[in-house]
Amino acid sequence: MIFSLLDVLALLPELILVAVACILLVLDPLIKKCSGLAGVISVVTIIAAAIATYCIASGDLAGGSFFADMHKIDLYSVFFKMIFYVATVLVMLMSFQYVKTKDINMSEYYILMLFSLTGMMILASAVDLLTIYVGLELMSIPVYVLAGFKQSSRKSNEGAMKYIILGAFSSGILLYGISFIYGLTGTTDLAGIAVALKDPVTSVPALSIAIVMLVAGFAFKIAGVPFHMWAPDAYEGAPTPITAFMSVGVKAASFAVMVRVFMVGLEPLYDQWVIILIVISVLSMGYGNLVAISQKSIKRMLAYSSIAHAGYALLGLIAGTAEGVSSVLFYMAVYAVMNIGAFAIIILLSVNGRIDQLDSYRGLGKTNKLVALLMMILLFSLAGIPPMAGFMGKFYVFKALLSQGMVPLAIFAVLMSSVAAYFYIRVIMVMYMKEPDGEFKMFKPACLYFVILLTVVVTIWHGVYPTLLIDLARLASSII
Amino acid sequence: MIPLTWFIGLGLILFMIGVAGVLLRKNIIIVLMSIELMLNSVNINLVAFSYYLDDIRGQIFAIFTITVAAAEVAVALGILIALVRNRRVLNSDDMDSLKG
Repeated sequence: MIFSLLDVLALLPELILVAVACILLVLDPLIKKCSGLAGVISVVTIIAAAIATYCIASGDLAGGSFFADMHKIDLYSVFFKMIFYVATVLVMLMSFQYVKTKDINMSEYYILMLFSLTGMMILASAVDLLTIYVGLELMSIPVYVLAGFKQSSRKSNEGAMKYIILGAFSSGILLYGISFIYGLTGTTDLAGIAVALKDPVTSVPALSIAIVMLVAGFAFKIAGVPFHMWAPDAYEGAPTPITAFMSVGVKAASFAVMVRVFMVGLEPLYDQWVIILIVISVLSMGYGNLVAISQKSIKRMLAYSSIAHAGYALLGLIAGTAEGVSSVLFYMAVYAVMNIGAFAIIILLSVNGRIDQLDSYRGLGKTNKLVALLMMILLFSLAGIPPMAGFMGKFYVFKALLSQGMVPLAIFAVLMSSVAAYFYIRVIMVMYMKEPDGEFKMFKPACLYFVILLTVVVTIWHGVYPTLLIDLARLASSII
Repeated sequence: MIPLTWFIGLGLILFMIGVAGVLLRKNIIIVLMSIELMLNSVNINLVAFSYYLDDIRGQIFAIFTITVAAAEVAVALGILIALVRNRRVLNSDDMDSLKG
């Protein structure tokens, strides 16, 4: 197989990111004195990569496969890449102030994020089990390091240790499933696998085991119950911007690859994998929402809520139609924005010396009216209350589910989102109904306020007028 | 020629030992070794399938797995060193500052 220049060109956005990340690694001793410079360069690089992605997607290369059918550029991948760009840029903007207050202001912080972003982009484009595996690890390994980035903090170390042990364990399980898929179908190409699976000769018991292992491996990455054990600990221990990055970027990328594997590669076996996914989805929604009620730490509460959100997004995949896929895409885009906004507010309070316990939000509505109002909007959106974007996300997922006649599942999901409303609204109650315990001065980093305002505006915009995004999502999912 | 099932059987046994090691042992170093065992059982599977299918993909995949596993263990050991410096624990039961 000879690679042409076109292959390299198709990989341009990824190459830009990797090249800049490597240059930053080398130049680190020189730019150390100007703190934050690495962060600014990273943000500019991501914007450049986004422009490159847009140019490629609107040019001749769109819809093509590269590197011997391993890397595909289609609207689906571009949609997810744009989610990753936006999420990473927002997380970096959130980090500027945070890393200074927590004394973890190192260039590696941004460099690792760039590498992880590259992994996500490879995942979004991957149409071969080999690139899927490499992308998954390129995404995960930098995040393991980032989760333990507060070296002197025991909690950070411990969360990272649990994360990497379970992450490596899950890739082992995933790989074992992949090896059987390869052995039974004779190929690692998703389209080839689908062709081979249509032939009834290949449907042997070993195939069912392989599917179970694939589902388990992916469920670890999206933190679906019962494979969620790492999530609350890793989320609580990690620096807060990284928690946002993990719960948004890693989750969206895992969904991107999961949808492609199941809807393209394993589509002929829909009847087999849908049952496992229904179990995971129901458990995630139930367990995530119920356990979130008893949490004292806001970060931990959002960790459990992100487990529950994985359950909701899985419903779109369970529906198994193009409509379902488009609802997953819409859900991921909306979830990314509102979740990052909520974490940005946690950071805003934590750089002002507040810990992330629920109690430290007492009386916020009286001392800081604007912050409390923005937090309320984002929490309403996470709870799925109209007219916020979170409601539209849930609406499209349930609609896709109902059009496939899965009524009991949809009813359960709606019931569970009313449970979720309890613990989101409890935060609002603490903010507005409790008396503040002392005045607290807020100093206002501009970047952080920009992120919060942007996420709130986008959240309301897509709640009131979702047509634009859902049309894009429909267009992107039409190729699946 | 050795039948394919023997290779798959060997892979399965190694995989089971690895899974049992991760789930049952408390020492983090042993857990990391068990994970390596799981990944190596995958390699045996891939190479065996590759040989019997007369297809090169499996062997390429195995090389990627070995490389990535090395990176993963390097990071895991780095995090472990940071943890041992701070807390002097090597036992997974003692990692109990995060729970709920």
